[in-house]
Amino acid sequence: MRYLPHSETDRATMLARIGAATIDDLFADIPEDARAPVYAGLPDAKSEFAVERELATYADRNVAAGAAPFFVGAGAYRHHVPATVDHIIQRSEFMTAYTPYQPEIAQGTLQVLFEFQTQVARLTGMEVANASMYDGSTAAAEAVLMAHRITRRGKAIVSGGVHPQYRDVIDTVSRASGHPVDNLPPDPGGTEDIAAAIDGDTSCVVVQMPSFYGHLRDLGPIATRAHEAGALLVAVFTEAVAFGAITPPGAMGADIVAGEGQSIGNPLTFGGPYVGLLAARAKHVRQMPGRLAGETVDADGRRGFVLTLSTREQHIRRDRATSNICTNSGLCALAFSVHMTLLGDAGLKRLAALNHANAVRLAETLAAVPGVTVLNETFFNEFTIRVPGDAAEIVERLAEAGVLGGVPVSRLQGRGKGLDDLIVVAATELTSAEDDQAFAAALAEVTS
Amino acid sequence: MKGDLGRPTQPDAERSGEAPPTFTGNRGLQIEEPLIYEIGRGDVSGVDLPDPPKVAARLGGLERADPPGNPGLSEPETMRHYVRLSQKNYAIDSGIFPLGSCTMKHNPRLNEKTARLPGFADIHPLQPQSTVEGGIALIAELGRRLTELTGMAAVAMSPRAGAHGELCGMLAIKAALEAAGETRSVVLVPDSAHGTNPATAATLGYDIVEVPARPDGTVDPAAVRERLNDTVAAIMLTNPNTAGLFERDVIAIAEAVHAAGAYFYADGANFNAIVGKARPGDLGVDAMHINLHKTFSTPHGGGGPGSGPVVLSEALAPFAPLPFVHVAAGVPRLVETDDDAPAGAHPFGRLTAFHGQMGMFVRAMAYMLSHGLDGMRQASEDAVLNANYVRACLSDLMSQPYGDRTCMHEVLFDDAFLKDSGVTTLDFAKALIDEGFHPMTVYFPLVVHGAMLIEPTESESKASLDLFVASLRDLALRVGRGEVDRFRQAPRLAPRSRLDETRAARKPVLTYTAPESYRSAAE
Repeated sequence: MRYLPHSETDRATMLARIGAATIDDLFADIPEDARAPVYAGLPDAKSEFAVERELATYADRNVAAGAAPFFVGAGAYRHHVPATVDHIIQRSEFMTAYTPYQPEIAQGTLQVLFEFQTQVARLTGMEVANASMYDGSTAAAEAVLMAHRITRRGKAIVSGGVHPQYRDVIDTVSRASGHPVDNLPPDPGGTEDIAAAIDGDTSCVVVQMPSFYGHLRDLGPIATRAHEAGALLVAVFTEAVAFGAITPPGAMGADIVAGEGQSIGNPLTFGGPYVGLLAARAKHVRQMPGRLAGETVDADGRRGFVLTLSTREQHIRRDRATSNICTNSGLCALAFSVHMTLLGDAGLKRLAALNHANAVRLAETLAAVPGVTVLNETFFNEFTIRVPGDAAEIVERLAEAGVLGGVPVSRLQGRGKGLDDLIVVAATELTSAEDDQAFAAALAEVTS
Repeated sequence: MKGDLGRPTQPDAERSGEAPPTFTGNRGLQIEEPLIYEIGRGDVSGVDLPDPPKVAARLGGLERADPPGNPGLSEPETMRHYVRLSQKNYAIDSGIFPLGSCTMKHNPRLNEKTARLPGFADIHPLQPQSTVEGGIALIAELGRRLTELTGMAAVAMSPRAGAHGELCGMLAIKAALEAAGETRSVVLVPDSAHGTNPATAATLGYDIVEVPARPDGTVDPAAVRERLNDTVAAIMLTNPNTAGLFERDVIAIAEAVHAAGAYFYADGANFNAIVGKARPGDLGVDAMHINLHKTFSTPHGGGGPGSGPVVLSEALAPFAPLPFVHVAAGVPRLVETDDDAPAGAHPFGRLTAFHGQMGMFVRAMAYMLSHGLDGMRQASEDAVLNANYVRACLSDLMSQPYGDRTCMHEVLFDDAFLKDSGVTTLDFAKALIDEGFHPMTVYFPLVVHGAMLIEPTESESKASLDLFVASLRDLALRVGRGEVDRFRQAPRLAPRSRLDETRAARKPVLTYTAPESYRSAAE
């Protein structure tokens, strides 16, 4: 087996040194009844080329996003990832390192995390950020629990504009920890009055910006109302590129910002691994979950970085930790950071402008299709359309016609909730005018 | 050529000496690297993008007023920045990474290559299912293999890391108890458990009751029975445990737990020791997460991403979270909402958006296919062989908390052999850095004084282990000779000497702020 270094002679020599007659002597503590199980359907070792061939048969049954006009978003976005990013994250010293528990020989990872935290804080307009979370949805749920710890209250009000699966995750985690959630009805029109729902028990209001349906709104008035009631504003996002164009939540009074960083540096990969971003006001840092890199000096007075404030974490605090989270999303955070470094402010602004311009063009093209309405007044690179018919069926037929035409809202919200004719569609810098035309033509065809 | 003890070369004592300080602070190939905030510029970008077409903006007057303040670097500057940083990291590809409990095994590059096939890397989680049949089939097949290897009934694939898997398994247990009309408030956790176990149980509102280990380092079924009653929801047990020992009474423990109406959650962090040798399902386990980044070699990446599928017993299977793959008439389909769930399924909710860590699934699948059942069994055997070899080579010089007995994939030492020497476990670990090794896990498990937990994994050759144990022996002998400074001042040869963690925590600096002088000059 090509990954196992020992020769049979090595094994025999080592067993002799240990003083064991056979390898099974070392497994003698396994109860006799459970030894030597019989397995079904697990073939023996294969050559590298045989494995490659077998895995390709799975990959070949999928339609890659790059192979068709592509408009699917709703929480994951197809952006270009510069070749440099994928090269750097495959450097052995990044990819095959562990969590930097020995900082003297992990300064590479630690400095990257410190830079990442700064990039995320500045992108979202906040003061601090952690070293990343699993993904946007888990970051959002952790943000809610964090708000509960800060306010010592337990009720979250979740906007109907939050991604339905993010709402489900917040719901599951809250229910499990005994906290009530006030889920406002789905808000495809972007008209809800969330401030009206705030009361004296409210720990936080959770608002997505841009919303799941694409709408933009000034979070300032919601923040003001929340703060008056002693509650926090948790701003959620799924499209990090948006903050190259729009005012970040931090500049509109958000206390905690949680979202998905996949858009910057990370491929779609069917939903993961992604990178959750979590940023907050500096005064709340001790209630933050997850790892944090911090600056310090070494014994010779040179600047260096370490994981810090670990007394919040499970390996020290055990059942009194801020969260059970152990891992972060290190390599995806690195990808985010490298891409962000390549972009810089200037590149990010240009990338965001390109996304918005392409989405505006797409909206105009689709609005011209008979029977199709664009619901949004405002949007960044994603918006909602109403179609004449069942959205899920239409999206399926679009796929048959070779167009991946967005996400039917009913797929996430369930059917029969008055949302069955809505599709969320996205454009990015990779969307061409020809793609738009192909989408419009196919949509006209399948809805006529 | 190789000299004694497997050392490649030795410097000539006459000619070697302290390297002189340099003007740059660099030391040969060790190059100092500033922060991007110190070398980047706001108007530089390493990405060329076309001019955005002119459109009437629909941003509702919410245009960003001030740039974020993240400077850019050109592509060559970017490469250099990250390559220099990477050179300050130790990695498995550089040498043995014997972190106990962490399982730093080789990361095959075939896994990376296949995960990057466009049919995996460039598919969207919400494309129509008809366009991702291969992706769904792969999740189904990986899940089937995991249930087969563990002897369990079902698997939840979506948890994004080990601790996320713990949450999943414990939520399934909670849901099963609730469905039976029971509310139970206590979770039993051995004192040697990973910190995530009590943290997970506490997250779900459970009270933790600790189970102490008996003198041989394993859990006594009698101690479990004493603590069992109708308020106990579950026991969370790691097997092999964090002392590297197989819980030989695991079946008796499982029986007692089940008799009390509670469930057996197994922390699968150490499953890599027994793949192909024993199945958790045969040991009475009801739920167990599997760290794909440990057992199935998906890269640790400097701290993630992980992946933590959870295998479930027949009793817990109906409560698996959304989404899950349901195979009907041989065709796998993703069930994403409650409306869509087949009869008999009562998902406890959803733990994450989308379907889990697909990129890790492909890598784990490549590992399984490459090894095959025979290779996976051999890997477990070699991992256990290597740990016992290290034990046998060090047992005369380093102390073991539970006596010199056969271990599984990792061997645990304590600091009794350092007693009164003036050298701590931390000092000892840092001295290993100067010798060119990543230290073992230190101070874990917490119940063992000055713990040092060594997990070599199956990826190490005999030659690699021989040099490692020879170095440890040399260090242990130096402790005996009273060479205290060598340890207290270590590391001297790494990119940084010992870092001041107290200072970092006292006044945390978590983001970059330009120094005052720099800012006033810019104004």
